[in-house]
Amino acid sequence: MKTIPFILFIFFTLTFYSGQAQNLYFTRTGNISFFSEEVIENIEAHNKQVSSFLNVNTGELVFSVPMKAFEFKKSLMQEHFNENYIESDKYPKSSFKGRIDNIKTVNLQQDSIYKVKVNGLLTIHGITQPVNAEGTLEVKEGKIAAKSIFYVKPEDYAIEIPLLVRDHIAKNIQVTVNMNYEPYLANTAK
Amino acid sequence: MKLFSILLLFTCLLFSVKVAAQDDLLTLAEADSAGTAYTAATFKATRIINGHSIETIPRQELLFLISHRFGTLNSGAYNFFGLDQATIRLALEYGLTNRLSIGTGRSSLQKTYDGYLKYKLLRQKEGSWMQPVTVTAFVSTAIQTLKFADPERDNFFSSRLAYTYQLLIARKFNPRLSLQVSPTVVHRNLVATVRDQNNVYALGVGSRYKITKRTSINAEYFYLLPGATADDNINSLSLGVDIETGGHVFQLHITNSQGMIEKFFIPQTQGKWSRGDIYFGFNISRVFDFNKD
Repeated sequence: MKTIPFILFIFFTLTFYSGQAQNLYFTRTGNISFFSEEVIENIEAHNKQVSSFLNVNTGELVFSVPMKAFEFKKSLMQEHFNENYIESDKYPKSSFKGRIDNIKTVNLQQDSIYKVKVNGLLTIHGITQPVNAEGTLEVKEGKIAAKSIFYVKPEDYAIEIPLLVRDHIAKNIQVTVNMNYEPYLANTAK
Repeated sequence: MKLFSILLLFTCLLFSVKVAAQDDLLTLAEADSAGTAYTAATFKATRIINGHSIETIPRQELLFLISHRFGTLNSGAYNFFGLDQATIRLALEYGLTNRLSIGTGRSSLQKTYDGYLKYKLLRQKEGSWMQPVTVTAFVSTAIQTLKFADPERDNFFSSRLAYTYQLLIARKFNPRLSLQVSPTVVHRNLVATVRDQNNVYALGVGSRYKITKRTSINAEYFYLLPGATADDNINSLSLGVDIETGGHVFQLHITNSQGMIEKFFIPQTQGKWSRGDIYFGFNISRVFDFNKD
């Protein structure tokens, strides 16, 4: 007669599991790109392997960015980015952990574009800095598309730039975030 | 009963994953972004010192390579310790694809032209689908174009040719240390004496150790497998430093080999380190990008 508590236990667990996960939206193919306009040549890279979670109840928002997945047009630039600047062997991932302050203004039942404010901690190259950014959440047919543009300074993250090329690499680098979230459980269950 | 425990364990796991997710979404996100990527920059250049490294030229990039070897250090102050003499090799290398390179060069030593193909068969990769080593196949042909010593006898063009076949196997153990093993066959259509081998077998080993982000120290050794060639020649040993500055790589080295292509430095090295037959030299490479999109 051990079966009954066991079934109850499973039932309870599963209910709990699915109940909680409804708040969670996620993607593992998010896009983050950065761009800076330079004297000699522009620096631009795209990453399509960003994983991110968004909790629409609490506004909690996280990103995990595998640094080696940034693709540059020039392979030498990509090599230098990984080997000399970001040191992606030592710091393979960048991350963001923060919150959407005004998540309450977002109504998931109504398809629309909502302006949101995000703040949190951004970790690049092993160094964590507070970041504030504005962006939009577009709710459409139960999915959420998030967009944001903000700027980071390489020097804030102790990214060493040699004297020789210091003038060619911008003080401010534009970061564009583009995420298409889907409900978490539906996605993992396939 | 067994089924029960397995199910219970499974449920607990499910439960714990959920709890972890609530505690820290970031942990969940990090676990998701596995980020498997090919290992890049096992070596800084397409050469370790004299011999080829596993590196190929990326697609639509052109590399211009200037290599110099001065005279031997033991030639004395009169020859400014070898700097009065120099042999040079100029070369162009181009990436047809990210894995296939084509190259050509011309050495002043015996007025030799060479052409080669290099293909990356396997690429080292970490993560879920692991590949422990990078393997590159290398084939080259060298054409010596000195005037025939005796124009009166029957001379054949084929006697000018030598071929090299290499399998380059390397692993980047960590960001600093890379090691390479290079089994090699050099075939010479014509050799100077009956005693000389037409086919010479050798095993090369090379390594680099990064001392700063942009500099590394390199070493390379080619072991000749026993035979007449091994008896009459010396194994090639080279030590060097790589310095990288943007699109250039400077490689400075000392070596007991004068030639800069396989058919010279593998089976024909005469210099003895112990005697001071040491050539100072450098390779300078510059990359040009023709990638338009």
